[in-house]
Amino acid sequence: MTPSGYFLEHLWLIPLFPLVTAALMLLIGRRLPRSAVSFFCVGSVFLSFVHAAGAVFQLLAVAPENRVYQQILFEWITPGAMPGPGGLVNFVADWGYLLDPLSCVMVLVVTGVGFLIHVYSIGYMGHEGGYYRFFGYMNLFMFSMLTLVLANNLLLLFVGWEGVGLCSYLLIGFYFLKKSAADAGKKAFIVNRIGDTGFLLGIFLIATTFGTVRFTSQMLSDPVAYAGILETLRAMVDQGRLAYGAPILTGIALLLFVGATGKSAQVPLYVWLPDAMEGPTPVSALIHAATMVTAGVYMVARMSAIYQLAPVAMDVVAIVGATTAIFAASMAVAQNDIKKVLAYSTISQLGYMFLALGVGAFSAGIFHLMTHSFFKALLFLGAGSVIHALSGEQDLRKMGGLWNTIPATSRPFLIATLAIAGIPPLAGFFSKDEILGHVFNRHNESLIMDRYLFLWAIGVVTAGITAFYMFRLFFQVFRGRSRVATELEEHIHESPKSMTVPLMILAFLSICGGWFALPVLWGENNTFGTFLEPALRGVKDEIGGVEVGHHTLFKEYLLMMASVGIATLGIWLAYRLYLQYPKLHSKVAAAWPRLHNLLINKYYVDEIYDALFVNRVKDLSTAFGVVDAKLIDGVGVDGAGWLARVISRISMWWDKWVIDGLVNLAGKITNGLSVPVRMFQTGVFSSYAVLILLGLAILLGYYGHHMHMIVRNLR
Amino acid sequence: MMPIGYYLFLSMALFLIGAIGVITRRNVIVVLMSIELILNAVNINLVAFSRIFGDVAGQVFALFIIADAAAEAVVGLGIIIAFFRNRETVLEDEMDLLKW
Repeated sequence: MTPSGYFLEHLWLIPLFPLVTAALMLLIGRRLPRSAVSFFCVGSVFLSFVHAAGAVFQLLAVAPENRVYQQILFEWITPGAMPGPGGLVNFVADWGYLLDPLSCVMVLVVTGVGFLIHVYSIGYMGHEGGYYRFFGYMNLFMFSMLTLVLANNLLLLFVGWEGVGLCSYLLIGFYFLKKSAADAGKKAFIVNRIGDTGFLLGIFLIATTFGTVRFTSQMLSDPVAYAGILETLRAMVDQGRLAYGAPILTGIALLLFVGATGKSAQVPLYVWLPDAMEGPTPVSALIHAATMVTAGVYMVARMSAIYQLAPVAMDVVAIVGATTAIFAASMAVAQNDIKKVLAYSTISQLGYMFLALGVGAFSAGIFHLMTHSFFKALLFLGAGSVIHALSGEQDLRKMGGLWNTIPATSRPFLIATLAIAGIPPLAGFFSKDEILGHVFNRHNESLIMDRYLFLWAIGVVTAGITAFYMFRLFFQVFRGRSRVATELEEHIHESPKSMTVPLMILAFLSICGGWFALPVLWGENNTFGTFLEPALRGVKDEIGGVEVGHHTLFKEYLLMMASVGIATLGIWLAYRLYLQYPKLHSKVAAAWPRLHNLLINKYYVDEIYDALFVNRVKDLSTAFGVVDAKLIDGVGVDGAGWLARVISRISMWWDKWVIDGLVNLAGKITNGLSVPVRMFQTGVFSSYAVLILLGLAILLGYYGHHMHMIVRNLR
Repeated sequence: MMPIGYYLFLSMALFLIGAIGVITRRNVIVVLMSIELILNAVNINLVAFSRIFGDVAGQVFALFIIADAAAEAVVGLGIIIAFFRNRETVLEDEMDLLKW
């Protein structure tokens, strides 16, 4: 039975709703009242959510192996024949949507969390200028993100990918009059371009290798005409033309991963995300925590069939993920800006997701993506609510004791903090534990240290640091003595209902979100993993797939206890340093001044990048500028001008002396010839009279004898 | 009857006075008057020959010349007045507008 129904057939409506309202806002939004802007923009996202949920339910109605729905709206790019596997292939990129278990999860997270954040924004942005602009960009972002997750081919995914990048840029720079915000937007855009270069090259390599960019031909009328990457890959592996670890597959996987490091803020391209906190807080929650930055994770999971055949690339993904996780977590420890802490935390958690992908636990990575989007969105929205309550204060050192002052914010915030710290039975515990379990299971049975054991150790330490910095944040904001500036103290107020209700819903999800995937040893089969399995299945089970390690009950419990234990240790440490002995942490910092400085300055990575790349690029542009001024302008343009002047001077000389000379010569000749005639034209009257008399005398002299004859005849 | 030589001598004298006047005088009015002398010298010539040959055509021709001289004086003086108004001179060597 193939999936069908109203919501599936109207899959294309899901991205369309926000697109329509985005166009409305950006065209005539300025003239609409705020209530209309809220109604249209939030309403459209709600409609998307309803349609997404309906479509997912209709997809769930069929058997797991049939849970794919593809809808091709029109052929979008048809360059025609191009070289592909086995001769020329007819390359086509459609504008089509694909709903399979993987995109189900993504589309629900994007529309669901997106809707809650839109509701929240009504309250948060209520006093801000550019209300319609904010919602227009937000809806444009929703459209792009939904295009990204629903795309049925890589090129359309890339359209969404760039669209969310654009919206990210626009929304980071929302307060564009502030230079730091405008700079942060540019930084995000440029750093993402670096990653996108790799991504695009990866897409090209896929197109030339497989002759198609469509993910799969499943559920399409003609699987041969509509070839998909998955099927082509399977055929090529079957024919022996591609093997496990083939260099071309490693190349593709690594190039795609370069794109993922840009968008998902991994080492070494993570530097834009902390700066992106210049945007309004709902933007940080939606784009830079819950949805856009997870696009890289989604894309790698989407391409899991290729990654499973590229072990080197998998190791790179895992190592980069683990490095990012611990690196970013350590930076979060020393930050004093509430949003910066959360930003580094996001980078760190994204590192966890890539660690999961890198060890082949794709469903665990996506699971953590989902739970993370719940609790991290909640953390950001809670932070926004705190900032709102404190009239814009973001410095942790100027907060404190807000637990009872703003209860509707502080309670959900605690739940999210516990969830991210990995305390059972909240969502973060299950997802993080599943990742660490998978990493550990890749480790061979012997006790010899191998790279998976090392990665696992990094993951566990990161879990401890995460618990520490999150509770450091929590204690500094909500517990202890109030350090709020006195003039702000009396203005502290709880946020409106539109802000607190989304917090509560997200808190509920942060608690229950993990229960989709209860560990196997609890007598549950991993529902979430089983659900995703068809979409993440490799092309050949016996090669490169995840060896599902045999969980012994003992080992599983040991792993859980290890991660919960280290999380508790982190919380206890935060309690001692920041609550019990509030002066202690400065002493600790003073004890290791160099380490503290290193952390506060974020390992000087920005400075190093400035020195290594940014300033080099600037030098290069200065050099190009000199070349431009001296060579292009100086030699080229000025030289051409000089040459033209010389030529025109020659031309002028020719004109003056030769052409004009000929004209003058004609005049001179006429002039010369006229001299004898002119001599008689004296202008002196008497000379004329003399001439007349002379002429008369000559005439008379000549005809004299005739005169004589005439006179005689007369007589 | 007086011999024709007297008439011809008078006519020649008048003609030479007129011609010399035309050549030597700078004042255009005097030149005009000299031209009148030349014309009258011709008239005397014509009338004298008409008397000798007994042919009245010469006298008729003299009358034409007298009328012609009157018309010429009118036109000539008119030109001189018009010129004087422009250049405030009647001296012929200052009439050099067409000189190259």
